[in-house]
Amino acid sequence: MSLHDRSGLGPNLDVEDLVVIRPDQLNDLIARLGDLGYETKGPTIGDGAIVPGAVRGTSDLPVGARDAQSPGRYRLEYSDDGHLFEWAVGARSWKAEFFAPRERQWRAVIVDGTLRFTEPTKSARPLAIIGARPCEVAAISVLDEVLMNGACPDTGYDARREGLFVVVAECTAPGGTCFCASMGSGPSAGPGFDLALLELDDADGHRFVVRVGTARGAEVMAGVSSTSATDADVAARAQALDRSINRMHRHLQTEGLAALLARSMESPRWDQIAERCLSCGNCTLVCPTCFCSDFRDTTDVSGAVERTRTWSSCFDLDHSYLHGGPVRASTSSRYRQWMSHKLSTWWDQFDTSGCVGCGRCITWCPVGIDITEEAAAIRGDDEAARAVHVEEEAR
Amino acid sequence: MTPVVHRVVGRRRETDDVVTIQLEPVSGTRLEFRPGQFNMLSAFGIGEAAISLSGAPRDPGPLRHTVRDVGPVSHALCQSDVGDLVGVRGPFGSDWRIGDRSEDGRDRDTVVVAGGIGLAPLRGAVQELVAASRENGGRVFVLVGARDPSQIIFNEDLQAWADDGAYVDLTVDRASAQWSGRVGLVTTLLGRAPFDPARTRALICGPEIMMRFTARALVDMGVDQRAILVSLERNMECGLGWCGHCQLGPFLLCRDGPVVAYAGVVSDLLAERER
Amino acid sequence: MTTSMTQLLEAYPLMNGLSSDAIALVAGCARNVAFEPGALLFAEGASADTFYLLRRGHAAIEVHEPGRGQLVIETIGPGEVVGWSWLIEPYRWTFDARAQDSLGAIAIDGACLRAKSLDDPAFGYALLQRVAGQILARLQATRMRLLDLYGEANER
Repeated sequence: MSLHDRSGLGPNLDVEDLVVIRPDQLNDLIARLGDLGYETKGPTIGDGAIVPGAVRGTSDLPVGARDAQSPGRYRLEYSDDGHLFEWAVGARSWKAEFFAPRERQWRAVIVDGTLRFTEPTKSARPLAIIGARPCEVAAISVLDEVLMNGACPDTGYDARREGLFVVVAECTAPGGTCFCASMGSGPSAGPGFDLALLELDDADGHRFVVRVGTARGAEVMAGVSSTSATDADVAARAQALDRSINRMHRHLQTEGLAALLARSMESPRWDQIAERCLSCGNCTLVCPTCFCSDFRDTTDVSGAVERTRTWSSCFDLDHSYLHGGPVRASTSSRYRQWMSHKLSTWWDQFDTSGCVGCGRCITWCPVGIDITEEAAAIRGDDEAARAVHVEEEAR
Repeated sequence: MTPVVHRVVGRRRETDDVVTIQLEPVSGTRLEFRPGQFNMLSAFGIGEAAISLSGAPRDPGPLRHTVRDVGPVSHALCQSDVGDLVGVRGPFGSDWRIGDRSEDGRDRDTVVVAGGIGLAPLRGAVQELVAASRENGGRVFVLVGARDPSQIIFNEDLQAWADDGAYVDLTVDRASAQWSGRVGLVTTLLGRAPFDPARTRALICGPEIMMRFTARALVDMGVDQRAILVSLERNMECGLGWCGHCQLGPFLLCRDGPVVAYAGVVSDLLAERER
Repeated sequence: MTTSMTQLLEAYPLMNGLSSDAIALVAGCARNVAFEPGALLFAEGASADTFYLLRRGHAAIEVHEPGRGQLVIETIGPGEVVGWSWLIEPYRWTFDARAQDSLGAIAIDGACLRAKSLDDPAFGYALLQRVAGQILARLQATRMRLLDLYGEANER
């Protein structure tokens, strides 16, 4: 492998090329994206958690942060090693960037006996995310299917999503609730990124192996000094990803899962979950793919009418309201709707899983309900029931 | 997606809580639709509701929507006067596929079963079918169930369809002393209607229990369950497949419905309990 | 006469699957009748000795309440049965049955059928099964109507 130095401008990078940059050069990369007109955002520390925020340099990233996550628990701890990406995911996903929690659809005023509508204008400045996790990039692809790639695209989502530049930080430190390896969405980055970083800190020093995902990514990297990845870098990268998979203790068996849930609508497990579930909707708030929303009209004293879209949750009683009452009045039917939508009917509706294995719904559930554990329990009940059935048939 | 502003140009009370409003766009031409589809109607400042189109594409003139007063938006729509502004987004969803021919290309018997306000989304389909039957001879059977005689909507249409050769039969749950018609469940009309189950398609709209029992009765009579269409309703809010409210199992009903074939997954879903 | 009655009966769902011998037994208790519109087939409280298979027209099952007049509970059409009370003691009609229009029916002597059923329990069971099937369908339809499906949708 060529070891020629690529310091300075190296314009001839291709998709799938691997190069190495140091923390200072990551800083340069962020600055370059800013210079190119991007609004640069990334993970930051806020309210004792890792949250999306403005990132103008590496010092804005969660320097030295570690997250301890388990069902119903999230704590940040700090190290002085200066690592930037040694944590999993925080409560807030990137979905709010494209699909705002509260967004005006239009405002209408009466002019000459009819209504004149105005729609909010979107920021023309494209967004660059530095340090999104592979599962989060996968989640954006899932949301794209719902809000952008259907017959009636959401133009607001589309406008913000268009031109998005993604620098993904591949995962070397999965959290205690992660299961992306089961969902095929991590710890290495799948499609949908421009540049992928993998952070290494060993005898060769603190550095990032950069994988080029798109021609646009190659162009941006051309303005940042880098060196070719050595065989040792490539091996260290592969090793880090393997270690990451091995450190992920949660698994979701996806084989046949959609059909399993579709035939388990009367499983007693739903009622058992409902004994713990508070129907609070935290799981839907933190989920990077949950897309349900409410549309509400309001008026003001001038007579103008506004329609606003706000996030909503299938755990709200009103969510399934049909004249007469809610269709899903019980907690068990609402949890069943949520989980079977994520893992089963999402496939019917959008030809993809609605779950990317980020583990947020487990961490942020106040009572620690674990979707992987519940899916396994339902599978166990199903297999037991089928075994009995087979026994009876044999008799 | 902003609504297209329409003006109420006609209003007619059908029953004590059902009103048909006729809408014309303030500017531009009438939107195109197929029977069975719905619009999202805005009562400005109050909100929006999914309301089926009760007109027929072949009939010129304003859009017709028949609205039952069951909530704030439908109440405002029912109260609206000629000249008032109503927002329209749509049309959305699937239709009754009345142009579909049978597999052998022969014209079929069409059995239309409506419960209460369920006749509204079927009205356009019957108008089209009755007109087509004059040309192609396909027989049309319209079977209507209602709570009591005062709750039967479109009485003049029912008479006109009968005059045009359709088989029309009505039944009510509760009869006043003056009622000389049938009293009983709408499914009892099925056994008395002389359609040929082997070459029948059915269009059903009404309360979900009624659709379930009607569909099963038709299957028991020998109607192919793939030829049975039902119109399902959930809480449609956006009409665009974004908001997630109108989910029923694998369906986003604003996108995949409201009209779906009874065969397969739908018959299971209708039997499934959400509690 | 009896032969043609057997043929008539064979067309009824109630006789569906009964052997021709069994149908002949029923025919022996049956006769053709007609009612003018408005005529009573039977009256509430009267002795339930004869029931009807409708050939044409409709019968209304009614009850009278002072102040509300004659209330129609259900209407029965061609091919269907009017009257079950002949089957169970004390053999007394609970409601009125009235011809809604010009009505043709097969009247069947309940006491005659009961006697034949006692003589031939296999026939009695087969007959009872079919009668119970019709009663079941009627009961189910009545239960459905109890739900008041088209009733008021609640205000949000």
